[in-house]
Amino acid sequence: MKKKSVFKKFIYSQKAAPYVFIAPFIITFLVFFAYSIVSMIIMSFQKVAGPNTAFVGFDNYKIVKNAVFIKSLKNSIFYTIVSCMLMIPIPMVLAVMLNSKHMRAKATFRSVLFIPALTSIVVAGVVFRLMFGELDNSFMNQVLGLFGKEPLIWLRKPATAWTAMFFLCLWRWTGVNMMYYLSGLQQIPGDLYESASIDGATFMQQLRYITIPLLKPTTIYVLTISIFGGMAMFSESYILFNGNKSPNNIGTTLVGFLYRLGLEQNNLGIASAIGVIFLLIVLGINFIQLRINGTMGKGGDK
Amino acid sequence: MTKKSRIISVCLVLFFLVITVITLLPLALLAVSSLRPGSDLMRYGLNFSVDWANANLNEYKMLFSGANPYFTWYRNSLIVTVVQVALALFLSACVGYGFAMYDFKGKNIAFICVLLVMMVPTEVILLPLYRLIVNMKLINTMWGIILPYLVVPMLIFFFRQYLSGIPKDFLDAARVDGCSEYGIFVKIMMPLMKPSFAAMGIYQGMQSWNNFLWPMIVTNDINKITLPVGLQSLISPYGNNYDILIAGSCFAIIPILILFICFQRYFIEGMTAGGVKG
Repeated sequence: MKKKSVFKKFIYSQKAAPYVFIAPFIITFLVFFAYSIVSMIIMSFQKVAGPNTAFVGFDNYKIVKNAVFIKSLKNSIFYTIVSCMLMIPIPMVLAVMLNSKHMRAKATFRSVLFIPALTSIVVAGVVFRLMFGELDNSFMNQVLGLFGKEPLIWLRKPATAWTAMFFLCLWRWTGVNMMYYLSGLQQIPGDLYESASIDGATFMQQLRYITIPLLKPTTIYVLTISIFGGMAMFSESYILFNGNKSPNNIGTTLVGFLYRLGLEQNNLGIASAIGVIFLLIVLGINFIQLRINGTMGKGGDK
Repeated sequence: MTKKSRIISVCLVLFFLVITVITLLPLALLAVSSLRPGSDLMRYGLNFSVDWANANLNEYKMLFSGANPYFTWYRNSLIVTVVQVALALFLSACVGYGFAMYDFKGKNIAFICVLLVMMVPTEVILLPLYRLIVNMKLINTMWGIILPYLVVPMLIFFFRQYLSGIPKDFLDAARVDGCSEYGIFVKIMMPLMKPSFAAMGIYQGMQSWNNFLWPMIVTNDINKITLPVGLQSLISPYGNNYDILIAGSCFAIIPILILFICFQRYFIEGMTAGGVKG
């Protein structure tokens, strides 16, 4: 009885309280995150066959020479770079236009552009898969017809398949990124523009010397989420190609390849090696970013 | 000058009207197609050429007939979403509160761990996490979907930020009045955090409702899968799959759209919460 009350007293003390509060995080961090990372690193050096495991050194890492691995890595990097090139300037320009004092019905347009973000990747993917369908009368082929072009088998060739993928990405995320830029624009003090226009600065000059530089924290944030979202892309490709099996691996991403080896072929050792490589890439990007920005990519949070 | 600004206004509004049409087009295509038989879709593709005389609600009748597991998936998704949102909000609020209001040994290391989880995409640990869930015998259960994402770094970050605006004297005053550390959190802080709960609830709710990859990996029983996973399983164009796929996709969006129209502010606040403040 006495022991219990001592324990209770301890738990209720101001010293123990913070640890109790953060305990849920610490427990899930250790059980799910830390354990997963460690077991993945160990498995990446093993050959796992049923209950038998054997250490094989760096053998699993020979996968880096595999043609499909290289292709999937290239695909992921390509997707990341192009999506960053699309998903930063376009939402920024739209936000500047929407924020203009000449604009009417701002709230309505803002909400409408946000709607695609509410759909799940499955619903969005299904619609885009069918819009870019191979039938002569599928929507995008009808659009081509308007311009007198022949219908295409969109999802069979790399160039057109990636076009579909980027349309999907643009459609779903433009509204959200625009919202980030809108809130970034609202942080810029209005008198800056006032004094600039008194000094005779044109709209383009204001954009170049005030808006874009002062939006840098927002741009860094959008760039960060775009890079990580891009490198981890999988579901989009999975839905668009109806499974992890695009023709000639044109849409296979790094995560797709990991998924194929680990979950479809049960090749745990090699899949873990890919996971470790992926982890190193992610940490590398973070490291570069920290060096460039000096923050956690979170602008002025600290 | 006024004439010039009026022309700019008209151009801007027209431009955004075009953008609006493009934005709503895929959803309009989906809605229109849900009024046609799925076999049409397989034969002619997804487009706007509808025979309005023959448009009907048969697809929806089929959906509601109970002859397919659609509403089982719907229910599974609802349960997962509600349980996950409630638990994730409460637990992440606890953790965020711990970080915001106390100074303690190891705080920095613990917070670096939060940032680490936030930085590493969950796809990286997909495989070991799956094996762990298998070993815990949680495959095909709600807990298998929920447990690894019980405490959400993004929410911790947000709550910590939100609470850092509240002066700590507040706590001392409550302590002097004899309130315990946990009493302070439950009775004083949680009511203060209500606005942030609304925004974060919507953020987490959207994540849980729309989540696809992880539920697909941990569930495969047709009666245990969630709605997005179920819809995905219908993509293969056999039998009358497309009827349910299209009508079911529409019916998956409608409730969210209604909620969005009612609570726009919280949606936008919640879903852009990661954005930069200051």
